[in-house]
Amino acid sequence: MNQVASVASRASAQSIDVSAMRRHTLWDAALRIGTRAAAITVLLLLAGVIVTLFKGSWLAFSTFGPGFLSTETWNPVKEEFGALAPIYGTIVTSIIAMAIGIPISLGIAIFLTELCPPSFKRSISTAIELLAGIPSIIYGIWGLFVLAPFLQAHVQPVVIAAFAGVPFLGAMFAGPPYGIGVFTAGIILSIMVLPYITSVTRDVFETVPPVLKESAYGLGCTTWEVVTKVVLPFTRTGVIGGVMLGLGRALGETMAVTFVIGNAHRISGSILAPGTTISASIANEFTEAETALYSSSLIALGLLLFVITFIVLAIARFMLYRLKQKAG
Amino acid sequence: MQPHAFNMAMYNRRRFVSRLLMVLSWAAAVSGMFVLLLILGTLVYRGVGGLNLAVFTENTPPPGSAGGILNAIFGSVVMTLFGTALGTPVGILAGTYMAEYGRNTWLTTIVRFINDILLSAPSIVIGLFVYEVMVVTMGHFSAWAGGVALALLVLPVVVRTTEDMLLLVPDGLREAAAALGSPRWLVISKVCYRAAKAGMVTGVLLAIARVTGETAPLLFTALNNQFMSTDMNAPMANLPVVIFQFALSPYPEWQQLAWTAALLITMTVLILNIGARALSTQNTKKN
Repeated sequence: MNQVASVASRASAQSIDVSAMRRHTLWDAALRIGTRAAAITVLLLLAGVIVTLFKGSWLAFSTFGPGFLSTETWNPVKEEFGALAPIYGTIVTSIIAMAIGIPISLGIAIFLTELCPPSFKRSISTAIELLAGIPSIIYGIWGLFVLAPFLQAHVQPVVIAAFAGVPFLGAMFAGPPYGIGVFTAGIILSIMVLPYITSVTRDVFETVPPVLKESAYGLGCTTWEVVTKVVLPFTRTGVIGGVMLGLGRALGETMAVTFVIGNAHRISGSILAPGTTISASIANEFTEAETALYSSSLIALGLLLFVITFIVLAIARFMLYRLKQKAG
Repeated sequence: MQPHAFNMAMYNRRRFVSRLLMVLSWAAAVSGMFVLLLILGTLVYRGVGGLNLAVFTENTPPPGSAGGILNAIFGSVVMTLFGTALGTPVGILAGTYMAEYGRNTWLTTIVRFINDILLSAPSIVIGLFVYEVMVVTMGHFSAWAGGVALALLVLPVVVRTTEDMLLLVPDGLREAAAALGSPRWLVISKVCYRAAKAGMVTGVLLAIARVTGETAPLLFTALNNQFMSTDMNAPMANLPVVIFQFALSPYPEWQQLAWTAALLITMTVLILNIGARALSTQNTKKN
């Protein structure tokens, strides 16, 4: 503050220092232009990513045409590549992650806003948020050495036996218990998206005016009725935004999935079988891709992933902004 | 219908449904905590056994023999520092534009939207981008490329926190400084930055925590190096890629080192996260 004061006192004493004023004008211009340039850099970064990936994937798209998206074959020896198996794996793992992750995240958010004793609230929130801080590779090594063997020994045999012979579910849970596979990847992803969905939904649940909830309780509603008939309708946009944010994470998650999915370029009817996702294929094969067409096909996968996650995340942000505007 | 027809069955059903779902909410919270403790417990259980002096003094061993991860720790620290040093200034400048110069302009709205998307975009795509731009151009993998990839991940985190923290600075402070005749750049650097300092440092800590464990963008940029290397122009070892390689290997010595490295990384990240959190609560209390 001293310098500010001294600048001011110098100016007010009428002894205007021309060179100092010129220096200030210069610094002002430099900072204004510099900050604007930095802001534009963020936009250029996005443009750069899209242009580069587009250029890199051109060879693959021009060789295979639109059939690239609908072909299951992935044969590096014959140089025939199709993206269907990774796309399928990405979507199926994300669906599993959401099916498990959304109810649990909402449950935790309801617990934190409606049930939790105030003294525990902070520490439980922090603990859940720390789950988001754990690096993805740690989930991978834990999934491979702890979760997969556990599922293989205790969960998958039971599931396979339970659904054997049931028309649709039997095929879905068929085959030997590998431990690793699409199902295990989905479970790991569900743990990883938990903190994202939980922290957004908890925040939007807290924006519900207490008087609305109190009125509902006053009419004799149970806690569950307050949550489903007052809190959720009031916060719908924000909850959808949080879920889409989690979905964006699940679609693009790389290392954890690479460890546990088994990396098989095929589409199996059973979700217990090994598969692959877009990001896992890139992580596994990119450094080994010798030919131009092979690496171009992997970059094409990267472009697809970027476009899909961009759309999902854009919807998420749009929903959350709208909520913020509504809240004022 | 009787005036006081109280439907006991319905009341009981409603109460039961509510109780059941509240128990399930409890169970969800408990299972979330349980998973966190389980992961940390496993890391400590499998990692602590391998913690010894050699871990910090020897380089990654060839298959089947003992050694340490000195070169990987060194590489991770160097590339994280370089990435932070490169990404932070740009992020702070961009955040400054959004909060100070371009509030409510179309540029700020677009940059905020794009930045929020980059914040959660898949990091492997950033790896591919840097590979195409730097590794292909230079003709080889290098620590420079790894550092740049990390800088691109630091950037959105810093932009976001800088903007948020500067917007919290009351306009009265800016007006008071301007009324004393201080030019805009002094208002920003001497008043706004000082008021928002703790929050901005929190943002940088969170950004470091985020890139410390990032693996995917380093796979095709810095690659890995079995030996100690201080050459930024060559492939460099780093903890995440060493964990990836060693954990998937069949050698017990390598797997043990992977667990120990995983424990070290997780502890670093958690300490950074908790430190950032403590700093920001301290700051809000002071205000």
